[in-house]
Amino acid sequence: MTAWLLRHLQTAIGSLGRLAQHKLATTLTILVIGIALALPACLHLLVTNAQVATGNWNRAVDLTVFLKRPTSAEEARRTTERIRQRRDVAEAQLILADEALKEFRRDSGFGEAIDALNENPLPHTIVVRPAATYTNAANLESLATDVRALPSVEAVQLDTAWVNRLNAILEAFQRGLLLAGGILGLGVMVIVGNTIRLDIQNRRDEIEVTKLVGGSDAFVRRPFLYNGFWYGLGGAVTAWLITLVAIAVLREPIGRLAGLYGSAFELGALDPKASALLVLSGVALGWLGSYIAATRHLRRIEPS
Amino acid sequence: MIRFDHVFKRYPNGREALSDLSLEIAAGEIVFVTGHSGAGKSSLLKLISLIERPSRGQLIVNGQNVAGIGRRKVPAYRRQIGMVFQDHKLLYDRTTFDNVALPLVIAGVSTKEIGKRVRAALDQVGLLGREQSVPLELSTGEQQRVGIARAVVSKPAILIADEPTGNLDPDLSLEVMKIFRRFSEVGVTVLVASHDIYLLEHFPVRRVRLEGGRIVATSQSPAGEKLLDPRKLLDHGAQP
Repeated sequence: MTAWLLRHLQTAIGSLGRLAQHKLATTLTILVIGIALALPACLHLLVTNAQVATGNWNRAVDLTVFLKRPTSAEEARRTTERIRQRRDVAEAQLILADEALKEFRRDSGFGEAIDALNENPLPHTIVVRPAATYTNAANLESLATDVRALPSVEAVQLDTAWVNRLNAILEAFQRGLLLAGGILGLGVMVIVGNTIRLDIQNRRDEIEVTKLVGGSDAFVRRPFLYNGFWYGLGGAVTAWLITLVAIAVLREPIGRLAGLYGSAFELGALDPKASALLVLSGVALGWLGSYIAATRHLRRIEPS
Repeated sequence: MIRFDHVFKRYPNGREALSDLSLEIAAGEIVFVTGHSGAGKSSLLKLISLIERPSRGQLIVNGQNVAGIGRRKVPAYRRQIGMVFQDHKLLYDRTTFDNVALPLVIAGVSTKEIGKRVRAALDQVGLLGREQSVPLELSTGEQQRVGIARAVVSKPAILIADEPTGNLDPDLSLEVMKIFRRFSEVGVTVLVASHDIYLLEHFPVRRVRLEGGRIVATSQSPAGEKLLDPRKLLDHGAQP
């Protein structure tokens, strides 16, 4: 078992050494794979960051609750308290009709026209801020329905349409991400497969000799599989570095943009899980591409 | 050890390389296969190494009927046969040591054991101390001996050599043949294809002469006569 492990380790290192001998070709191959993997990785970044950013904006999605007229100030306070007790509500602020009218008179410049009215036309208003964890469209909708059902509530204003639209856009992006990932993954396999094919052609003599002295198909294939493994790993690490560079370049302007919208949003890098997935899929694609190519082409090389 | 039973070999282009060939070689025997080029010598060896398969007839090697050896079993089969080639077929990007070690690496022998056996094999062909040379630093004769060391390092029961002296001058040829003799003396079955007249004169062993794919003459080595004095072999054989 240890001999077997040692043999694999030797093959892996031998393959790495061989790749290092052809620096330019290896670098180019790894760069191409890296770019191909970086595209879906960057798309993933776009989607996750957009989700975080809209999460921030969702917090600004307040419900405005208008109470029936006439409702006593006492009743309005009770209703506000009931709403505030809810698990999905972070804060509920009551604006009494009189205060609202005062504020309106002061800010609007229609003071005289308002004075001409016999009674206050404004209702009591409650501004409800949903709890941060309940800010998706479905939860907001159910909160609004519940509040609307309260006896003294006249109307609830909630604009979920744009949240829905944004989520739909993100969903489309996510689909696109899967599609791009699939296509580019296939591309990585083709790149690796073609590189391995050329490699096999260059080492034809060696393969023949190895088969002549009794090397099995698996033995002959092994170094090529390790080549694919290294290509995939190198490509994935390159892709990861590309995302780092992209983030570093975009962080400052995006932060400024978010600042202009009054948001503290900051561009995030790939989390450990996504990074691990990137490296794993790179290795898997490299290995699979070389496996298919090596199995196909090595079979044709027989000593004569 | 090796038995051809009415074996025919016809290539896809219609050429019949071997026709109705029957031949039996005992364990530990050393046999020369002679004949002009195109007489079928190489085809005969290729059948034994399973590079080609018989079109008709039966070939039994080391108790196995080669017809029953599937594609996947060929590598294991080949590991019991040492092969020496006219063009050496060495790997030119690897050291002598790595070249000779290849069959052992394939067989999964431990690193320590490989070191021992490679040095022993190189010692047998008089190349001990050249482990770290690459083939291009070696002379043709030395390269051929590296090839022989590789062929015998895994102690095969059978050693086959196709024109092993084709590129060597007479002295080197004799030296190579002496190495083969020594293996035959320790029980290895040796089969050498050669049209080297000089060599044939100096090694009166059993010969099988092929012509047009048929055996036209066989000569047994003179019984009871010691062909070469082993002491003389040692005197001449170990020159670098």
